[in-house]
Amino acid sequence: MDDALVRAGRALRLAVLIALALLFLIPFYLLLRNGLSTERDITSPEWTFFPHELRWDNVHELFADTSVPFARSLLNSALIAVATTLGTLLLASLAGYGLARIPYRHADKVFYGILGTLLIPAAVTFVPSFVLVSSLGWISTLRGLIVPTLFSAFACFVFRQYFLGFPTELEDAAQVDGLGYWRTYWLIVVPNARPVFAAVGTIVFLGAWNSFLWPLVIGQDQSAWTVQVALSSFTTAQVIRLHELFVAAAVSILPLLVVFLVFQRWIVTGVERSGID
Amino acid sequence: MKHRSALWFWVFVGPFAAGLALFTYVPLLWSVGLSLFDAHNTVTPTHFVGLDNYTAMLRDDAFRDSLKTFLVFTAFIVPTTYVVSLTLALMVNRVRRARAFFRSVFFLPAACSYVVAALVWKMSIFSGVRFGLANTVLGWFGADSVAWLATPDPPWYWLVIITVRLWLQAGFYMILFLAGLQRIDPALYEAAAVDGARPGWTVLRHITLPQLRATSVAVVLLLVVNAFQAFDEFYNLLSDARGYPPYARPPLVYLYYTALGQGQNLGLGSAGAVILALVIAVVTAAQARWLKLGRTDADG
Repeated sequence: MDDALVRAGRALRLAVLIALALLFLIPFYLLLRNGLSTERDITSPEWTFFPHELRWDNVHELFADTSVPFARSLLNSALIAVATTLGTLLLASLAGYGLARIPYRHADKVFYGILGTLLIPAAVTFVPSFVLVSSLGWISTLRGLIVPTLFSAFACFVFRQYFLGFPTELEDAAQVDGLGYWRTYWLIVVPNARPVFAAVGTIVFLGAWNSFLWPLVIGQDQSAWTVQVALSSFTTAQVIRLHELFVAAAVSILPLLVVFLVFQRWIVTGVERSGID
Repeated sequence: MKHRSALWFWVFVGPFAAGLALFTYVPLLWSVGLSLFDAHNTVTPTHFVGLDNYTAMLRDDAFRDSLKTFLVFTAFIVPTTYVVSLTLALMVNRVRRARAFFRSVFFLPAACSYVVAALVWKMSIFSGVRFGLANTVLGWFGADSVAWLATPDPPWYWLVIITVRLWLQAGFYMILFLAGLQRIDPALYEAAAVDGARPGWTVLRHITLPQLRATSVAVVLLLVVNAFQAFDEFYNLLSDARGYPPYARPPLVYLYYTALGQGQNLGLGSAGAVILALVIAVVTAAQARWLKLGRTDADG
């Protein structure tokens, strides 16, 4: 084929990709633009791409506004996301290792029992789970928001698959040295399995921070709002202060964008490994 | 020794298995129980009503409408996401410059929550007033402003709902397709070139798509299950201080207002949860069978 034609095709593809990339970035830009604009620049009928003035005061105003519990909701989200991530990693990795490595007569049955819960989408069980959590008296508590979400069959499955493909030589050597399962796990397996911990951990953290339905159902009092619930209630409120709403949304995705960009490599491996989010 | 290893098995697996059973199987069974009772505002009802909740649910027009909403939503979101994410993957896979950059940009929305994305869509891009971005662009072409979300007639709200999810999830599925593309043996393309196949449609149809079959099956299954669970963007785009409008209620939104709204009819809500769990199980199983009925020799 003609060389010039090939080069033209390549240039065209690059141009289309750049256009699409800009399109994908627009929502992020709008968040930032409106978050740092005056109310007038947001609602002006003469809408301009760049605001007339940047108003960093919006951030200050957001945290000074005592009528919205925004700082508290950020704290709640951070506590929930960190606790959920650590708890899920601990429980699911132990279970995944046990299923992959410790011989037991009924291991298959236990595994299928765990796998079976993947067939029931978590969102469909929110009414039953609400019933359980409310009878435990855990409505509007951090316990109620965290504990029921700690048992992720997906995370357990990913760990099991990973440990099944893990070379056995190291563990065999540990057994010869007289280390039991417990110490082998902590001293040999965990330090050598960092990639899978990073992958699962990042995905769980993103999921916990962004989750909405469960916190909406359980976190009914303002004191138990997560940042997503707080944002949602501002959006559906009677009076909406747009600049405050947008700056709040921008602040809420900032920690996530940092986590995402730093750990992106791990998320990609995690997604490829599982195909489940 | 055998006894010892059984003990250790439960030390490792026990806490997780017990928690999963407590927070998944117990609520489900409890729910099946509740669905047979008249349970308003209570989780320990005494008035047994048999299958009344189920018949009431299935007769309820709003419930049937919610299943229709799911079907319409799925009919739009599954093909569009499939095509967009596959196209992105093919383009990113072949670009020579800045591949990592493009991959990051398209994947970045996966870090954004549905709540935040819905907020940008509702308050900025598709706000029904003239200063909204979409209406500004329409204005450049001399078109009238559209009240995107405020009216069901014409149903422009579907465009808003579809594009927000498309933006959020296309990059995620692009990553899955990219992984699938990396696994294709380059020798297949070389052989095709020797046979005189020109790059483009022929190669895509006869090599790339068949080789991506396993990935495609996984992507479609995930897309449908996720569409069935749609709640966040519907709730945040359509509800306001006056509540949720009577149209465009997908199953979970319907269930949310039935079980947890005024009256907290947990018996009826539980019956709905059981029905939906059955529906999604049947849909998933049927899809898995149907998708496997085709050619399977190319499966990875």
